[in-house]
Amino acid sequence: MSAVESDLSEIQLAAFRETLAEEPIEYDGLAAEYDADEEAYHIETPEHQTSVSADDLGTVAAEQAAYITNWYFYTQQVGSEIKRAFCRWLELAEDHPVPDRYDALAAGIDREWGQLRITTTLADDGTRRYEVRHVDDSDANTDTLTTHTDPFDARDIGTLDADGQYRPLRTAPSLDSGWLFPDLTADEVYEAVEAFYPATVVNWHREQRGELDIDHWRDEQDRQSGIYNLITVLPDEAVEWATAACCDDSQCLKRREWELSEDEPLDADGGDGVFPCREPCSMVVAAGREWAKLEREDTQTYEFELTPSEKEQLEEIVDAVADDTVDEIREADLDESANRYRVRYLREKRFDDDGNLSGTPTRPDGDDNDGANDTDDHDE
Amino acid sequence: MQSLVIVAHGSHLNPDSATPTHTHADTIRATGAFDEVRTGFWKEQPSLREVLRTARGDDIYVVPLFISEGYFTERVIPRELRLEGWDPSLWDSDGISADTATLVASDIDKEVHYCGPVGTHEAMTDVLVRRAESVTGDPSVGEVSESADSEARQTESDGGFGFAVVGHGTERNEKSAKAIEYHTERLRETGRFDEVKALFMDEEPEVDDVTEHFDSEDIIVVPLFIADGFHTQEDIPEDMGLTDDYRDGYDVPTTVDGHRIWYGGAVGTEALTADVILERAADAGADIGDAIARVRQQTKPTTLVAGD
Repeated sequence: MSAVESDLSEIQLAAFRETLAEEPIEYDGLAAEYDADEEAYHIETPEHQTSVSADDLGTVAAEQAAYITNWYFYTQQVGSEIKRAFCRWLELAEDHPVPDRYDALAAGIDREWGQLRITTTLADDGTRRYEVRHVDDSDANTDTLTTHTDPFDARDIGTLDADGQYRPLRTAPSLDSGWLFPDLTADEVYEAVEAFYPATVVNWHREQRGELDIDHWRDEQDRQSGIYNLITVLPDEAVEWATAACCDDSQCLKRREWELSEDEPLDADGGDGVFPCREPCSMVVAAGREWAKLEREDTQTYEFELTPSEKEQLEEIVDAVADDTVDEIREADLDESANRYRVRYLREKRFDDDGNLSGTPTRPDGDDNDGANDTDDHDE
Repeated sequence: MQSLVIVAHGSHLNPDSATPTHTHADTIRATGAFDEVRTGFWKEQPSLREVLRTARGDDIYVVPLFISEGYFTERVIPRELRLEGWDPSLWDSDGISADTATLVASDIDKEVHYCGPVGTHEAMTDVLVRRAESVTGDPSVGEVSESADSEARQTESDGGFGFAVVGHGTERNEKSAKAIEYHTERLRETGRFDEVKALFMDEEPEVDDVTEHFDSEDIIVVPLFIADGFHTQEDIPEDMGLTDDYRDGYDVPTTVDGHRIWYGGAVGTEALTADVILERAADAGADIGDAIARVRQQTKPTTLVAGD
């Protein structure tokens, strides 16, 4: 490795001595102990094995100094096991020994967490600093981004999307860009990520340790009360459709780990997200309630008269809404089925004054209950 | 290490629903009374199911930012937090006297102190008074002889104010009316306002007829709600006749039927609500030093601080 500039500070050396006075250190490639009889510190790292007096601790080789500052940062400066695990993941600690990491940190190590790009760098004393920005801003000049220093600002950044629409699901891939946290501490980067993507780090950490507790759909059904009791009647087939519709990576960045039950896997792809989804979220439950209402209806045979192009157009309109591509369709691009003029033309031609397609009543028997008119999401 | 966990309803539709929760969490965080302050929601993230695992304290105090005891505080929250052995009788409450219960949350295998809702704490009465002061811009509102700012009050009458505390009603939760009545009575006992009445959205006496229920020309109207939303920003202003269409806004005060209505919006957005959260945690045994006094001082409207 190249020469490490990090001289050990008095504070670091004091912590090192005080710790060794109590017990030996073994951390991340560093092994050290204090021999009281010889009044010597034995320090072993992959490339060096030294014994030095207290006075000479500050003059150890650069490689050993790096291991000591690394130990100091992770055990004395990072406040909890979860934060340590997360910060270590951010700098690929499991894959690279300290000297290689220090070289890489000099230039910055980038990792992605959802739509966040988090760059870890190193100060001379081994303290890590963190920069967070939107992945879409990876190449943006920092001057063009709005700078933030308070990690809790992430909460407000994540509330609305780029169009000003509310994001009830913070793990949806609709995080707005244009902001920058240029210089966060380890504690602060944890809080910022917690604010952007609540509870994702702690669940990821449980998963890393093989301790992720998963509540499957049937557990969720069994637990409901009040208006959400209704999801108990949602057919299993509908849960398949619901997960394919809602839990796809295009809709949520969590990786779905829950299934119908432990023994009944769902066919839909759970996604490739770095952090897991351990149970159906309140959005899926609320949506499931609506679908449970809708699925009570029996199918009915209708007869419509459409040209082949009109049938295709209806199908492509559904695709455009489902894939959220309506806004990408140009005003005068009449080739596109979901073009506004095309759709308005279709409505003029095929809908009657009551909005019925081809003049075919939805409920010929006169029952006008659409079964889904409750939009109140406040079930107090 | 001591953690405060504020749990609230949140919304899939209204981005402002969680705002008071976050604002009060920030206020309390700034006091340093807790090593960490976490928030969890029924409808937002982190969910009630996962909020406890984001807290690392040895002593965890859970305070529901809800108005009343009932379905959420007695059933949903304990279930979602996985409070082992929970039963509403542990609060030994008459509907407005829930204090605290200490139970193991199986999600984290630790004891947590589960507190009663902020809405039924006696300190919430002070928040209603504070909202009356902030909406009129008069720190002595109602106290005729002591009013420091008669300009701000500009009353046409003798300086007396009526005060309407507004609630949902009993349709959804019988105990929500109890909380309204409780604070109405406490406000009445202060003697500061000429008339204090409880009004409801979906039962008699209705907020729609607010002017018929008061003789006072000036009426302060404050909904006992946690967050502003559909009911407090759209329904109630339109029902009282402050505006035909909430999107057009309304003046404070607005004159309706010869009465001036000082409409305050949801009381839970008042900064002093942070104090009630602290009171709940302190009642449950949290060591918070002088945080309550500091929050009370810090959340005073600037006009009041200047007058101190």
